[in-house]
Formats: sequence, C-alpha cells, structure tokens
Amino acid sequence: MNPRIVAIRAGVQRGRIEFRQTATSPGEILGWLWMPLIALVVMYVLSDTAVPGTDFSLGSQAVPGILAMNVVFSALLGLAAVLTMDRGDGTLLRAKATPNGMLGYLTGRVLSRAALSVLMLLIVLIPSAFIFEGLQLGSAVAWLRLAWVLALGLVATLPVGAVLGAVFSGPQGLSLVSFLVMGLSAISGVFYPIAALPEWLQWIAQVFPLYWLGLGMRSALLPEAVVVAEIGESWRTVEMIGVLGVWVVIGFTLAPMVLRRMARRESGSNLEARRQRAMSSMG
Amino acid sequence: METGDSQNHDPSLTIHTRDLRMRYGTTDVLRGVDMELRRGEVLALLGPNGAGKSTTIEILEGFRRRSAGQVSVLGVDPDRGDEAWRARLGIVLQSWRDHGRWRVRELLDHLGRFYTPYTTPYAADELIDLVGLAKQAATPVGRLSGGQRRRLDVAVGIVGRPALLFLDEPTVGFDPEARQEFHDLVRRLSELEDTSILLTTHDLDEAERLADRILILVAGRIMARGTAAELAAQVAGTATVRFSRDGEFHEHEVADATTFVRELFEKYGTAIGDLEVRRASLSEVYMTLVREFESGRRTEVPAELSEVPA
Repeated sequence: MNPRIVAIRAGVQRGRIEFRQTATSPGEILGWLWMPLIALVVMYVLSDTAVPGTDFSLGSQAVPGILAMNVVFSALLGLAAVLTMDRGDGTLLRAKATPNGMLGYLTGRVLSRAALSVLMLLIVLIPSAFIFEGLQLGSAVAWLRLAWVLALGLVATLPVGAVLGAVFSGPQGLSLVSFLVMGLSAISGVFYPIAALPEWLQWIAQVFPLYWLGLGMRSALLPEAVVVAEIGESWRTVEMIGVLGVWVVIGFTLAPMVLRRMARRESGSNLEARRQRAMSSMG
Repeated sequence: METGDSQNHDPSLTIHTRDLRMRYGTTDVLRGVDMELRRGEVLALLGPNGAGKSTTIEILEGFRRRSAGQVSVLGVDPDRGDEAWRARLGIVLQSWRDHGRWRVRELLDHLGRFYTPYTTPYAADELIDLVGLAKQAATPVGRLSGGQRRRLDVAVGIVGRPALLFLDEPTVGFDPEARQEFHDLVRRLSELEDTSILLTTHDLDEAERLADRILILVAGRIMARGTAAELAAQVAGTATVRFSRDGEFHEHEVADATTFVRELFEKYGTAIGDLEVRRASLSEVYMTLVREFESGRRTEVPAELSEVPA
C-alpha cells in the first residue's frame, strides 16, 4: 500500500489515542475550559440586560460568541501549544525518525485537536441550553448550521495554530499569542455587539476569524430578531464564508512551508540544547 | 566535488565516509573523518564529550547537513535520503522523553505501522519480550524507570527491523546492573538478522564490551582505529618499572621493559628488590588522552595512539 496512506491511517489511530488521553484527563480539560466557564458566569449575571434594540437577553446573546472564542482557544492555541511541547520533549524528532512519521504525527494532532474542540464546545453549549433562555437548540436546521460553521472555523484556525506552533519555540511566544487572542476577544463582539465599538476597532476585528466564527454561531443559535444588533442588521453569511475561506487559504499555504522548515531543523542536539535552556531557566 | 559514493558503492559497507567535515561558524567540529562500518558489524565511536560524536551521528542519520566530504549510508547520501531509506534506519538518541502518556505496547504497535509498506515490522508483543518489558506492556511510558525507558527506546529503534541501528550514548546515567542488562540486549541485537550497529560512547569499557571495532574520535579527528586487541597492542610498548636499589625506590617509564630489567640485574644484581613491571593499559592511555584533551593541553594525537597504517 502507498506509504503515505499508511501514515495517514496511523495518524488517525494516533488522533484517537491522543483524544482519549486528553479527554480522560480532567485537569487538562479544565485548563481549556476555565475561561469560557468564567465568561458564562459573568454573562449569566447580565441575563436581565437586553441586547440594544431588542428585548433579547444579553447573556444568551453572548453564548455563541463564547463558543467561538473557545474554538479559537482550543483549536488554534491548543494546536500551537502541543506542537511547541512536542518539539520540547522529542515527540517531533521521533516522528522525523519514522518513515512518513511527520505526516502521521500532524494528522493525529490535527484530528485530536479538532475532536477536542468539538467536545469542549459541547461541554459549554449543553449546560448553557438549560441556563440561558432563547437559544434555538430545538431545530435540526440550527444544529446543522452550527455544525458547518464549526467545521469551517476549525479548518480556518487549525492551520494557523500549526504555523504559530512551528514559529514559536517556547511558552513565552505562545503567552504573547494567547494575550493577543484575549484582546481580540474583547473587540470581536464575543460579549457585546460589535456595533457599539468605534468603527476602526470594528475593522480590525473583522480581519480576524474570531469575529466571523462568532457571527456564524450567533446566526445558528439565536432567533432571527436579534440580527438587528449586528453590523448591517445581517448575519452576512456570504462574507463570513469569504473571510474564513481566506484564512483557510492563508493557513494551508503557510502551514506546509513552515512545518517543513520546522521539521528540517529538528535534531537531537537541538533538542538537547532546548532541554538545557529549559533546565537553566527553571533553576 | 567528486561523484557521489552511490555510484561506486561497496555493498558490504553500511556506512562509508571520506574526509567528512563539519564547521559551525569558524569552529571546525569534524576535521576530515574517514570511517567504514561493515555489514553486520558493531562499531563504537569512542571519544570524550565535545569530540564530535553526536555531530557525526546526526550527519549519518540525515538530521544535519555536513559542510564537506563524502558520506554514504546504506548506499545513499543522507542529505538525499527518502522515506524508504529512513525506514531502514533505527535511531536511539541520548534523551528521549517523548510519548509519556502512551502505553508501551500502544506506542510500539503505533510506530510499527509506519514501516508496513517497507518491511514486516516486529509485532509489539514480540518486541516487548525481546527487550524485557513484558511486565510494563500496559504501563504509561512516562512511568518507566531510566533503564526501562532506554530499553523501550531501543525497541522503538528496531521496530522496523533496521539494517543499521544508531545508539547515541546508550547507557549514560545507568547503574551497573542496568548497564549490564543493556549490554546483553545490544549483543542479542547484533546477532539478530544482519543488523549493523554504530554506537557512540565516551566509555572505553563499554566500547570494548560491545564493539567489534573501535574508532577513537578526539577533537574532530579519528585518532586511532582497530579492534580492542589491536588498540591495546599499540599502547603495549610502554611500561612502568618500579624497583628498589639498596632500599631506595625508583620508577622508570621504558619502551622495552624486558631489556631494561635484564640490564638492571646485570648491573646491580641482588641490590635490586621490590620489582614491579606494569604495562600501560589501553584504558589508562585513553583516560590520559581525554583528560589532556578536556583541559585543552592536547589537540594532537599522542605517540602511543598514532594511527595504524591501513
């Protein structure tokens, strides 16, 4: 059989094993969930406030945005973090020493991160359905729309995560990125409709996938009437697909180049040098 | 540059390098290394820390590009080795800490899959028995002891039945018992099929126990090469003679101990007592060499270890 197909199949097995390892580790799951959980609590407190121009609860309105933020954290930052860690402990070098191992490794990591992102979305969404009123979870259409928006969001954010994980060699770089994502969350209409922000901030937010993923999730989960709070009083589905599609193209163009460069540089002595640096920075 | 070795490659040579050089910035790490590893042979690359052992092995593994020279590994230039070539190599590095959450059997089974297009890899359980980890088959890798972890690394290295196995400083940090077990394992491996093994070590004793031939690498050059017996014969020339004459103790370094002692007795007869003749062992010469090299006092080869003519 074609060696690359064999490697992709092994990668699927790898993804299953890694998913099981993370999904059965409460500490790790909580590590990715505390932010959305805190956000939900805050929004619950704001349940009685109405979205401007409607009588819809601001708390409920924020749930889809929090889900989108959670996807960006668990998929984009999550993949970047595991790539950095796997370089530090030699997992990546092991993949390089195995025939077609890099292909299998990446397949596994991408699939397990995608599956974990879906799992974490459900962990946040299902309790929210009971706590927050007005989410359209009764209809199959809403779930279907949620599913494809989520799929598009994952395909747009995972390759970017791989690029960041390959570019940054240590946790410092990644903390910077997660700081930026938090800042982006503040201006991307996650908690409050973006129309309330100055126009230049709106433009910045609309460059990045987080705003569009949140918009798509709102279009799936919120009643039609709430659309008046959005820019142009529209869910702008075509624009959403367009911008996320551009991110898909950017990610899939950059990721192979950057990952190849990362793989080429991997060697035992580089690994040892990183280990020494890590030890001396701890000491 | 001359034409690559792949064109006139000798199939009995698993590794063949000529004038291999590596330079980082202005530092020459390898200064013209010629080496040959024959099929089925265990070769030890022996040298102190910083001698260039790891650099050599990384070039041979295809993980690092050389600055100059010719290299052929399994008939292929490692800089151009493809995945089919990679499938014939087994690599055991100094400090694997990967896959801590995977179970031993799970990991071996998973990694074995990648080799199925090229060969019939070891079944996980067979391999687990071979390296003596049967009791740990379901243990997460991160909970293995140092010695067990190293045996797992070897198992991973040979899962694809490699034609060539690299062992980089395999027993660093081992207690004597773990070391002994590991040496037994390597000897078993070298008898399996036709596996050629290149191991690096800074420990002469280990090289003598495991290797068919030893290359001593110091400061980026091969200082001596041969079997342990051949290397010992090279240094057997000098000896230390201690004796007392009229109750006064003396010590002499001599090239020909037999002649020296005969003349000593002819000259002084019964005045000589407490006679002791010691030949410098290979390990003493090697240790001296390492100490001098590491303190920066020596950069060239000592007379005892001048290279044997081929």
